[in-house]
Amino acid sequence: MLRFTLYRVLHVIPTLIIISIISFFIIQLPPGDFLTTQIAALEAQGESLDPAQLEALRIRYGIGEPFWVQYWKWISNIVLHGDFGLSFQYQRPVADLISERLGLTVLLGLATLILTWVIALPAGVISAIRQHKAADYIISVLGFVALAVPNFLAALALAYIGFRFFGQSVGGLFSAEYVNAPWSFGRVLDLLEHLWIPVVVIALAGTAGIIRTTRANMLDELHKPYVTTARAKGLPEGRTIRKYPLRIALNPFVSTAGWNIPSIFDGEVIVATVLALGTTGPLLLGSLRSQDMYLAGGIILIIAVLTVIGTFISDLLLAAVDPRVRFGKA
Amino acid sequence: MAVSFLRARRRRKMAPVKAPRELAAVAVEPEEMSDPGAILDIQNLRTTFRTDEGEVNAVNDISLVVQRGRTTCIVGESGSGKSATARSIIQVVDNPGMVESGRILFRAEPEGPVHDIAALSETGDGIRSIRGSQIGLIFQEPMSSLSPVHTIGNQIAEVLELHTDLDETQIRERVIAELTAVGIPDPEERIDAYTFQLSGGMRQRAMIAMALIARPSLLIADEPTTALDVTTQAQILDLLADLKRDLSMTMIFITHDLGVVAEIADDVVVMRHGKVLETGPVEQIFHAPQHPYTKELLASLPQRESGTGATEPVREVPPRVEVSDAVEMSVRHDEPDVEPLLRIEGLRMEFDSVSGSMFSRGQKKRIVAVNDVSLQIAPGSTLGLVGESGCGKTTLGRCVMRAYRPTAGQIHYDDGGHAVDLATLSKKELRPYRRLIRMVFQDPYGSLNPRMTVREVIGEPLRAAGLAQGSELDDRVEAMLERVGLRRAMGSRYPHAFSGGERQRIGIARALITDPTLVVADEAVSALDVSVRTQILELLAELQQELGLTYLFISHDLSVVERVCDRVAVMYYGNLVEEGPAQSVFENPQHGYTQALLSAVPIPDPRLRGSRPRIVYRPEEAA
Amino acid sequence: MSQPQLPVADPEPDETGTTEDLSAETGRSSGAVASASQRRLIWWRFRKHRLAMIGMWLLVIMYTVAAFAGFFAPFSTSSYEGQHAYHPPQVPQFSFAEGLYVHPTTGHTDLETLAPVFEENTEEFIHLRFFVHGDEYKLLGLIETDIHLFGPSEPGERWYALGADRTGADLLSKIIYGSQISLSIGLVGVAVSLLLGLLLGGISGYFGGTVDTILQRVIELFMSIPTLPLWLGLAASVPPQWGAVPTYLMITVILSLLGWTSLARVIRGRLLQIRDEDYVLAANLDGVSTGRIIFRHMVPAFTSHIIATVSLAVPAMILSETALSFLGLGLRAPAVSWGVLLQDAQSVNVIATAPWLLIPGLAVVLAVVAFNFVGDGLRDSADPYGKRS
Repeated sequence: MLRFTLYRVLHVIPTLIIISIISFFIIQLPPGDFLTTQIAALEAQGESLDPAQLEALRIRYGIGEPFWVQYWKWISNIVLHGDFGLSFQYQRPVADLISERLGLTVLLGLATLILTWVIALPAGVISAIRQHKAADYIISVLGFVALAVPNFLAALALAYIGFRFFGQSVGGLFSAEYVNAPWSFGRVLDLLEHLWIPVVVIALAGTAGIIRTTRANMLDELHKPYVTTARAKGLPEGRTIRKYPLRIALNPFVSTAGWNIPSIFDGEVIVATVLALGTTGPLLLGSLRSQDMYLAGGIILIIAVLTVIGTFISDLLLAAVDPRVRFGKA
Repeated sequence: MAVSFLRARRRRKMAPVKAPRELAAVAVEPEEMSDPGAILDIQNLRTTFRTDEGEVNAVNDISLVVQRGRTTCIVGESGSGKSATARSIIQVVDNPGMVESGRILFRAEPEGPVHDIAALSETGDGIRSIRGSQIGLIFQEPMSSLSPVHTIGNQIAEVLELHTDLDETQIRERVIAELTAVGIPDPEERIDAYTFQLSGGMRQRAMIAMALIARPSLLIADEPTTALDVTTQAQILDLLADLKRDLSMTMIFITHDLGVVAEIADDVVVMRHGKVLETGPVEQIFHAPQHPYTKELLASLPQRESGTGATEPVREVPPRVEVSDAVEMSVRHDEPDVEPLLRIEGLRMEFDSVSGSMFSRGQKKRIVAVNDVSLQIAPGSTLGLVGESGCGKTTLGRCVMRAYRPTAGQIHYDDGGHAVDLATLSKKELRPYRRLIRMVFQDPYGSLNPRMTVREVIGEPLRAAGLAQGSELDDRVEAMLERVGLRRAMGSRYPHAFSGGERQRIGIARALITDPTLVVADEAVSALDVSVRTQILELLAELQQELGLTYLFISHDLSVVERVCDRVAVMYYGNLVEEGPAQSVFENPQHGYTQALLSAVPIPDPRLRGSRPRIVYRPEEAA
Repeated sequence: MSQPQLPVADPEPDETGTTEDLSAETGRSSGAVASASQRRLIWWRFRKHRLAMIGMWLLVIMYTVAAFAGFFAPFSTSSYEGQHAYHPPQVPQFSFAEGLYVHPTTGHTDLETLAPVFEENTEEFIHLRFFVHGDEYKLLGLIETDIHLFGPSEPGERWYALGADRTGADLLSKIIYGSQISLSIGLVGVAVSLLLGLLLGGISGYFGGTVDTILQRVIELFMSIPTLPLWLGLAASVPPQWGAVPTYLMITVILSLLGWTSLARVIRGRLLQIRDEDYVLAANLDGVSTGRIIFRHMVPAFTSHIIATVSLAVPAMILSETALSFLGLGLRAPAVSWGVLLQDAQSVNVIATAPWLLIPGLAVVLAVVAFNFVGDGLRDSADPYGKRS
């Protein structure tokens, strides 16, 4: 297990490096360097930058130097000093802006992941055991529809329903009185009350995919000879299914959970924007719209790194539950 | 304390507590059994598979009696319903099958109560209390019949957890003892092994331990040796026989292999298309068969002289040894005089292999599949290449076909007087020889392109060689179809419209359409049922005689090789260990491995049972 | 089928893919099955798949409507009536005297609630007829005409079947015109992805070894990072001043740049699997040329799978375009796509006053569901020997 972990760590490092390069590439994409853009923007507002300060920034970010030099300055500052650069729109360090919102993003992501599992696993298993029966058809059709509804549409629809029929003020993760309040029991409750819409919406699409995978895996496993072996021992039906096919069908499930993380972040960006949540998604969108590239690049980097770590954890989990992976036989 | 309490509770939940009541409900009078000495009496059993398209009777109204303490073999070809019968007994038929009607009277103890276990609910406690504890089941494929993510110890222990009150340490001791009994070395370590860490034979032993650990009075073995090599098969058969004697069990043994039947059966049941055709003691079935189908099955067996007690094979006089066929006769008697059609020298084939472990990926290992093999094949003769799985025989055949480029060595092919070394030819230079050296594949399903008509499939090599086109091509294809025993009109059909035997005929037609000299037949009849196998072998022999073909006949099945080959070469772990005229190799094997291999082949005559000692080959270098 | 009825060979019950199984699966006689090509068998199986057939017909209808948008839409995209902004849908009424009709309305803003109010003039009628003259358009971009399938009988009259948008334009017409971009971007995007996937998957599967390993790692990398932020980043770099067509092309390229990975994986997997099939080895040993092996033996074996995969990839593209446009980083007005139309529906307040603005979303759902049904049906039918996996 230890060696497996080390091996996976070795795989993760190049991935992280390439992801950071891609993130920086995106920062570089808009035409012209961002300082010029910012100066133009400031001048349009009738402000101007002190030439000395300008020169300092130029050196700090390596403007005008080759891509790799700029990249190196950017990434080394992040890794060594936790310095993601400066957001021009907010005139604050990117790291501060991200850290304010990252907690909620991760919370939202985890809640979504858990909800996805809680819904998808039993639904997939039931769908497989009751193949070609009513329950299977209902789950399949619901799954198809859930897969087809764009999540911003679902968010809008749910928000509308909440607004229209429950009088819930939609938007944000907190009610007005709690937005700037310190953490308290009431604030947590308020958060949970607001959390369910985005969580349900983001979970929706992922759930449909996982139900289908689980169902397919279970159908494959249910007809394997080892299930008959278990029955032939005299095991009760429920336990036969729990101990054998379910256990094995879970393996791809655990590994798809890792692949599922990117789609959760994708959903978060859209849904959080529609519902005006205080997470990183709207911040990213805003920064992209205003070409506040260090902020955008920082968020993309953080999200990608979180995803890679999530995938890494799911790989380790898979190895923990499946000896074939652990011993390199699958 | 708390933990063991919980575990006890869980076990009570698993244990079939409602069994006595359910069993009492299906008890019948002992007089209703057709034979008081029987352990199992199946009466008018019908098992159907319900699909969207209607019902299929896999087991169609059969009755049979299993005598206590004896081994009853159910034999039949694929689709005969033998396996469905076995599974119906404890109601574990694969979905969507189910026991439709009939009675299965089971008497666990000699003078005990009789229950109609077919009347029990499929998922109820009653049948569960019998499964595993009274009736054990062993399956064909030990790899897929055991869970890959649970240790074998865990899976075996489960039987005891279900059916006994033993505690955890006692169970572990019992499992280790059982593993020892079935001949698994280092049982204290192997108990925690996963299936993929064991060899095929070891896995089947673990499966046997699982089926027997609760000491059932009846053991059902469903093709338990079919997936195993012949030497391993012999060991498992011996083990089962020993265990049956020591534990005084009754055994139902399902197989398609009459040789195995002759080795172990006391009573035989012959099935076909879901019906029982003939039953009787093994002696009677083998020596006085009544039903024509039984006779047909027996006719497909290699004939041996009975009564001498020796294992001398008596070759059928091959029809091709006619006076007119000068080449053939000279080959058989003094082959050095004739220039061989194919001369393989120092052939070596290595493969790159990513070693099993994930941690050392990137460290490539060289696997030597064929190691310095030299062979000759005389024109018009048949060389049999035998060995067990992984011995390199298929690789050798594919090197001759130049599907692979050999790592070293030469393959000299006699092209009308001058020898060509095929081993070094480029793809382009090989093209003229693609026509002369042809191959018949093992898998009659995978080797025919499902998207081409049979006419296109057979015509493809002619077209590729530019030998014919248009209507001439169609004529030649149709003539060939007729030659291999199919109808001309079948050319416009697709392969899915044919049975396995017919598909193999198509494969042969494709091989012979270009008028080849050498045909490599790689396990060409292994995937076929015995009766079809005989027809295909006869066809191959006829064609050889008629067209003067030379065969390299690759097979794991010694009885087939013995029947069709002039010379035999034996391979073991990539090495050629013995080569010689078929008769002398079979009668008087020189190499230890050949001796072991031959001694492991079941003798298809119950009268000769036990007349031959098993030889075990354990070379120092074999890992 | 005029094929002579041939007696069928004995099927062996335990084997897969016998004529009996196939004739049961396809609902044809076993004689017909015996001489049916794989493509025909797939089609027969597909036709038995009810949801897939429904999906297929839905798609046929949607693409026909998109192709002849000008004819099916009552108005052109540029026709609007400012005072009818946020006009609710009008259900046609019927009387024997007037036929199908709606009443004309005048709109103004309620000064207290600031909500738009529309008053019907029940004295007057707007007659709705088939094949009416209306706004001019070019059919298929070629034939100039002004005939519309259904609409107000007099040019200049207004009718809002699905309501009006923020500018007072007919939403139904906009949805129909929007389908041109929304439905085609999926196909074009997938075509580009497919090209990339075929190229890279093909290279990966054909060469194997180190090239394969590197490409596999790249694909894994792409799959392990969230794509939407990347899309957003790339899309944000498309200059806003670009015209509709270049933006459309850029968005397509961006979508396919990130969408090729799964296709490449499928293609590589199939290629590796087919390369190891015995019949490909047999063709090799028949002396068949490499080109013929690839195009006659290997490609037909995976086209059906590729088509199935593609039809499952199209909806993802449609959803992505919608999402990008919705967020304002994809296409922008005056281009009309479903995503662009949904931009109007960004806030709950707007939806509360004009819930019909969500209707373009329904069109998206319908298209995506239809594609999924078809893809699912194809995947099930494409199995050559009917072995279900």
